[in-house]
Amino acid sequence: MKEERKKRLTQLAIWTWTWVASLALATFGSQLIWSQTTWLVVTTILLNLGIGIGMLLANRKLFNHYDELERKIHLESLAFTLGAAVVVGLSYSLIDQTNLIQSDAEIGFLVGFIGLTYMVTLLVNRKRYL
Amino acid sequence: MKNKVHELRKSKGLTQEQLAELIGVSRQTINAIEKEKFDPSLVTAFKMAQLFELPIEQFFMFETQ
Repeated sequence: MKEERKKRLTQLAIWTWTWVASLALATFGSQLIWSQTTWLVVTTILLNLGIGIGMLLANRKLFNHYDELERKIHLESLAFTLGAAVVVGLSYSLIDQTNLIQSDAEIGFLVGFIGLTYMVTLLVNRKRYL
Repeated sequence: MKNKVHELRKSKGLTQEQLAELIGVSRQTINAIEKEKFDPSLVTAFKMAQLFELPIEQFFMFETQ
């Protein structure tokens, strides 16, 4: 059981880091190296999308290996995170639309918020049940 | 839900790790069940019943609020 968990975790880590690298390649490559070459821009974006789908499948594979308590902890954390992301994301969008902030609302802030909320809710739920 | 999993596990001479391995859950899940922080699924309860050779209602006590 532990060996299988370790294997699935390693697979997810590999997919995640590859996805991060492909995101960096698509972002900075398109900005700094091949900004004029459309086919390279499209290729790196498609590559990033494909690797992202692989990462999602690896995450599902790991999730399916969780036992019932681990699933409960993760599902409760995900549910809270989804709700918070919708509420905070829309409020953030509103303050941009109404010009209460000078800069544009960046998706990166929302992604950061989602990651942070998921981590905090996981810690809280682990404390509750374990 | 109140339960007697801790006593039954001890009477069988099993550690949390061993019981977890036998019924296919993590040690943390067994610990959470024993501390009555988590109610297991029906499948897990039936596996425990088979292992302890007792009906479920003899070690999980349902109480209405």
